[in-house]
Amino acid sequence: MTDMLNWVNIGPVSTIPQQGARTLQTETDRIAIFRTLDDQVYALLDRCPHKQGPLAQGIVHGHFVTCPLHNMVFSLETGEAQGPDDGCAAKVECQVVDGTVRIGLTELQAGLRHAG
Amino acid sequence: MNHVPANIKSAKTRIVVIGNGMAGMRTVEEILSRAPDKYDITVFGAEPRVNYNRIMLSPLLSGEKDFDEIVINTAEWYTENNIHLYSGDPVIMIDRDRKCVISRSGTKTEYDQLLLATGSDPIIIPIPGHKLDGVVTFRDVDDVDTMLGAAAKGGPAVVIGGGLLGLEAAVGLQSRGMDVTVLHLAGHVMERQLDPSAGYLLAQELERRGITVITEADTAEIVGSENVTGVHLKDGRMIPADLVVMAVGIRPNGRLAADAGIAVERGIVVDDVMTTSDPDIFAVGECVQHRGQCYGLVAPLFEMAKSCADHLAEIETDGYTGSVTSTKLKVTGVDVFSAGDFSGGGETEEIVFRDAGRGVYKRIVLEDGKIKGAVLYGDTSDGAWYFQLMKDGEDVTELRDTLAFGQAFAGGSAGNPLDAVAALPDDAEICGCNGVCKGSIVSAINEKGLTTLDEVKGHTKASASCGSCVGLVENLLAATLGGDYQAATVKPICTCTEHDHDSVRRLIIAKGMKSMPEIMQELEWKSADGCHVCRPALNYYLLAAWPNEYVDHGASRFINERVHANIQKDGTYSVVPRMWGGLTNPRELRAIADVADKFEIPTVKVTGGQRIDLLGVKKEDLPGVWADLNAAGMVSGHAYGKSLRTVKTCVGQEWCRFGTQMSMSMGVELEKMTWGSWMPHKFKMAVSGCPRNCAEATIKDFGLVATDGGWDLHVGGNGGIHVKATELLCKVTTDEEVREYCGAFIQLYREEARYLERTAPWIERVGLKHVQERMVDDEANRKALFERFMISQKNAQKDPWAERASEGVDAHEFKPLSMVAAE
Repeated sequence: MTDMLNWVNIGPVSTIPQQGARTLQTETDRIAIFRTLDDQVYALLDRCPHKQGPLAQGIVHGHFVTCPLHNMVFSLETGEAQGPDDGCAAKVECQVVDGTVRIGLTELQAGLRHAG
Repeated sequence: MNHVPANIKSAKTRIVVIGNGMAGMRTVEEILSRAPDKYDITVFGAEPRVNYNRIMLSPLLSGEKDFDEIVINTAEWYTENNIHLYSGDPVIMIDRDRKCVISRSGTKTEYDQLLLATGSDPIIIPIPGHKLDGVVTFRDVDDVDTMLGAAAKGGPAVVIGGGLLGLEAAVGLQSRGMDVTVLHLAGHVMERQLDPSAGYLLAQELERRGITVITEADTAEIVGSENVTGVHLKDGRMIPADLVVMAVGIRPNGRLAADAGIAVERGIVVDDVMTTSDPDIFAVGECVQHRGQCYGLVAPLFEMAKSCADHLAEIETDGYTGSVTSTKLKVTGVDVFSAGDFSGGGETEEIVFRDAGRGVYKRIVLEDGKIKGAVLYGDTSDGAWYFQLMKDGEDVTELRDTLAFGQAFAGGSAGNPLDAVAALPDDAEICGCNGVCKGSIVSAINEKGLTTLDEVKGHTKASASCGSCVGLVENLLAATLGGDYQAATVKPICTCTEHDHDSVRRLIIAKGMKSMPEIMQELEWKSADGCHVCRPALNYYLLAAWPNEYVDHGASRFINERVHANIQKDGTYSVVPRMWGGLTNPRELRAIADVADKFEIPTVKVTGGQRIDLLGVKKEDLPGVWADLNAAGMVSGHAYGKSLRTVKTCVGQEWCRFGTQMSMSMGVELEKMTWGSWMPHKFKMAVSGCPRNCAEATIKDFGLVATDGGWDLHVGGNGGIHVKATELLCKVTTDEEVREYCGAFIQLYREEARYLERTAPWIERVGLKHVQERMVDDEANRKALFERFMISQKNAQKDPWAERASEGVDAHEFKPLSMVAAE
């Protein structure tokens, strides 16, 4: 899909706790937005590819998050599962502009177009 | 006076050993391994304890080891080998005419052969004030105890002497919380082992750790009226001090020998098989002078012990020919190595390598193409290799271009550590502390069928002391056994660290580390901020070590403990309000019913621990649910935590016609005392009012079963995959005792178990006897444990639900973000 992303502001970096995460509900799904110890901000769909665990509830360490349900570890940078596990958590575009976190939503997520 | 009559002379040769230290006992061990039945052995020691590893006093001071860990030979060892040990009873006289020794207690013991291992005395500079209270040397366990006593009060300390021992004392005292100044007479620290460059790097590192180093400091006087208050330097400076450690060197102790008319110069004069001027009297260790040399390091005395034992056992020997020594500083995180003569000049050439970024300095001194000396700072991994090349007198001309880069570069195949260790010659020293070479380890592995590091430690003592050669020994095991070797010794907490749970816990206390970043920095964590395995463990260890002081780190807790509810498979939560002892009432039940209606909670279930579980609560509803439950007087049931979960009770004497004790009220009381405390794992209790045990107290972590006369206290049970029934801890009679034993047991578990270890595997690991010794037999310790538990409970009993429902704690957890369109 080559649709243009719809950028939304969700506030300053400080709204997200360090080594923690918060969630953003969209029209179609929930996004987990993480802040690491070195203040990098990343976003993934809040759904572990294994059993749909809420990744935003996991422990954030380095640039990784551990799923709270079965301890699978995912890279926040790529969404890929680490170690012996297979799978990939869906990555969501995310930037920090002048200290404000922006998330790039698809048209479906933004509610601008409806599926089917 | 006791007298051992001469007419009951045993068939064995009677050997008396004066000195229960490392040299004496090492010689005895060597004798036993050569001729186990030849001697009837008697040992006199001045210290009132078994034989321990004196070079481990530094880790004992810093708290990295405890006394049991530095014991070389236990009391059982002496018994098993039929050695008569007189500890705390020094010999005061040798009567060579009658061939007997007399000890302070008056015991007179005859000998056929006598072994002197009297060691050395710390030098005390006779400046004014050297006899004040608070002036100590650093020589034995009593000195360490004195230093620890002073360190407990904090305050300033001065160490006179910036040599090996002085610096280890300084670092130990500093890690115990004292403000330490090192006074050193020479221009740089450890000048006998280090050149000025390495000395400078070392002093800088010490300063970085908060230790003040003053060089060219000439002490004029120690000041104080009764207790020391400071040290006065000749240049007029005054350094305040509550404790002064004198570590300026040692002097061989040859007094007894000299009094008996044996030849003594600087030390007791011996030949190559350690015989003194009296052919029936031998001497080993720091007390001797051999070929004009006295030694203050451990490696030479091991070599002396071997030669002496060979001679006594009448085995052909080349004798002792003197030692080439190397030095390592035993300070965690500082790598310093030196060997040989590195003074340079004359016909010598030098290779110097510096990497300021990594703080690495290497200097190798060559003469005639051979290594004459080496000083390494920051990276000492090749120390053993240089030392070996030096001892062997190997021509290193060919290696010269890459010599500074170490063995991995020079040896070609040595890039692989297994090949490197396989390439070492049999006489290469592996364990410097215990003087064990590669050949003895390999033959022990092959002949005795050793397969683990612990077995190698047990049989050869290699890596049993400072532990810095553990890697080498493991590589040797792997190289010798091939595919049969499985390294499984220290199990690190996770891949972020080399440390296991126990050493991290010990170091947190010993180094006074109070935050997670500090632990990760000091203990050289390999990741920036740990992982989901180590962070919750460290958070717990810090909470347990510094109660009422450490601030809980929410981001290092599993989600359940962070939001005080149990996450379910669909991402909703379950909520379990506390029902003290399993008791409830209509008001609470109504409130629970109302909450379930109001928040459309789909499932309401009774749990195994006599509570009501509300399942399927949405995360954002949690604060609302808690507020309503709080309003009805209910608090968190901690069904989500590594903490006190539930106290299950039967109806007991209150209602039951068989009941012998009030189990309900006892359950309520214990739950009110213990709720809110964080533990290594979940902790469940139960109280049964009679031996019919309806509350199933014998599968709980702590269970009470009432008897006619009181209570049976059971510990270490659990349900689950591996059902485990409890073991009986003890019987008590009063309710007051129940409270004290309960609190003490929980505290012992909190302090000693590893994170995520329940009481059953913990007790299996340490043994019920250990638990009983600590808290049943030892009343004072039980009371101390109980007191520590109650102190830690002071701020623990705050309802986490109320904090979040009405005080706004962690509000971000429960509110999703909202969005505005970007420009």
